[in-house]
Amino acid sequence: MTWFSSDSSLCTCVCVTLALWWTHLVLFVIVPAVLGVSFGIRSFYMRTLLKVFKWATSRIETGAKEKNEELYKPDCTGKSSDEMFHVKSLTLARLVGIIAKGRAAPLQELRSTAGSDFELADVLYFSRRGAESIVDDEVTRCFSAQELETWNLLTRSNYNFRHISVRVTALWGLGVLLRYTVILSYTQVIHHQIDHHAAPQVIHSGQTLRENKPQNGGICVANHTTPIDVIILANDGCYSLVGQVHRGLMGVLQRAMVKASSHIWFERSEAKDRHLVAKRLGDHVADKNKLPILIFPEGTCVNNTSVMMFKKGSFEVDCTIYPVAIKYDPRFGDAFWNSSKFGIVSYLLRMMSSWAIVCSVWYLPPMNREEGESAVEFANRVKSAIASQGGLVDLVWDGGLKRAKVKEDFKKEQQKLYSKVLVGDTETEK
Amino acid sequence: MGSRASTLLREEEIEEIKKETGFSHSQITRLYSRFTSLDKGENGTLSREDFQRIPELAINPLGDRIINAFFPEGEDQVNFRGFMRTLAHFRPIEDNEKNKNAAPSEPLNSRTNKLLFAFRLYDLDRDDKISRDELLQVLRMMVGVNISDEQLGSIADRTIQEADTNGDNSISFNEFMKVLEKVDVEQKMSIRFLH
Repeated sequence: MTWFSSDSSLCTCVCVTLALWWTHLVLFVIVPAVLGVSFGIRSFYMRTLLKVFKWATSRIETGAKEKNEELYKPDCTGKSSDEMFHVKSLTLARLVGIIAKGRAAPLQELRSTAGSDFELADVLYFSRRGAESIVDDEVTRCFSAQELETWNLLTRSNYNFRHISVRVTALWGLGVLLRYTVILSYTQVIHHQIDHHAAPQVIHSGQTLRENKPQNGGICVANHTTPIDVIILANDGCYSLVGQVHRGLMGVLQRAMVKASSHIWFERSEAKDRHLVAKRLGDHVADKNKLPILIFPEGTCVNNTSVMMFKKGSFEVDCTIYPVAIKYDPRFGDAFWNSSKFGIVSYLLRMMSSWAIVCSVWYLPPMNREEGESAVEFANRVKSAIASQGGLVDLVWDGGLKRAKVKEDFKKEQQKLYSKVLVGDTETEK
Repeated sequence: MGSRASTLLREEEIEEIKKETGFSHSQITRLYSRFTSLDKGENGTLSREDFQRIPELAINPLGDRIINAFFPEGEDQVNFRGFMRTLAHFRPIEDNEKNKNAAPSEPLNSRTNKLLFAFRLYDLDRDDKISRDELLQVLRMMVGVNISDEQLGSIADRTIQEADTNGDNSISFNEFMKVLEKVDVEQKMSIRFLH
């Protein structure tokens, strides 16, 4: 008999919980979303989380001090994380890293004038530059998640935070419980219901200039960090997408989307044929009835600290470019999709079990290619605009370096520079 | 909790590396994080390909020679200790005064050891001599196709002539040190760590 009654009380408990949960959902999420009203719960949630993270990190620091060790903290520019996040100027955003690198060209460092003799000591210059790049380099940094100053209680973001006291561990455990049960299930429900008014996790921090929104017949370009970029932009307007055909879950999604509106999906082999790409893009923008194209000219996901080289293909098409800068706040969860490490499903799981995904989207004034400006120069101009708005570092390196080796030509350039040091700028070089 | 790196570095290991190389605790942990991010195979060692994946290193004319310096004779993998030992050559020299645990033998970043590192970049066959041929090969790496064979040959000849004091037509380590006597090796071959 006792079995039966505990069974039914268990049932009651479950039913009550579910009922409460649904009511809560309807009252606090769906209705306000539909009516466009906000309870301010999200900002309260964010502020609380930030306070907790700061506390946890300071506990870890105290722990470190007790053992008389220094805690390594990345991005030590002396700015607080709030300032780092909202910073827009390019100079401040340059990531400091672990070492100070010399940026002088070989000529300045090695000699005072060109055309002087070879010295055995010249090899010291190259070996130091080599060692510096082994310790820290601009490119590989872009393809792994950004390191944080304060620990956000996610194991995946724990690089260097040792000395974790009992209290912090307890908090971490609570966090795990919270994230994987409540938040994860929350998201799934929301995605079932309405997907446009953002799951409680995806929070826009406004700052969009409405009049700069992309129009038909134009191309919208943005920096790329994650597939979620598309969802965020699509929340705010409709686009035609361009991209590589994927297999698996992504492929299914892509085929489904094509049924709704015209998107342009390429096979990698086709993508190599630039003329074909340019033609398809050109045809699309010429048709004023078609939606603006959304392109990510970096060609791959980058970790949102920098903007890598923009491929010139989309800038060769003759139309207006609408640049968009997207910056994620890394304190709540790392949005970067490291496609060489995680597949899309495990990535989504990690996303949904982060504390929140917070991003800023800036719609920049439209740009057009100027007279006499080449596609590459135009691409670089747009890239700097996006980088400076988003507070990202502007790099010249190709995003393709994530998977491919660097071209031999760059090495030849370095060799040429050194040769100039030895023989000066004479015709005998050729 | 260590799902990120395959293992967080143990305290004893850090102490040992500290004694051997003179790096500080936070530098060691930071460099370990760098080591693991380069280690794509996640097996605790780096191969030559792992180094070549760094674009700035791949375009360095002496990139291959520098990478080679990390690998002991005949080996294809370097572990974290070896990695640190080689990088230790680039520590600034003045740091030694701060480090009370300095090894009784000469520290890895002494002037002599820095010069030895540079010497070994030239000494391709590791026979403790830089022959004319080796010098030519290294020169060719540095200048690429931009200088003719004859010109390069004369540069090599002149260099050996100036350095060689015992007339064996090659440069020994002592002769090498003599040539670089006046060079500020400490400054040219040190990496400025920010912590």
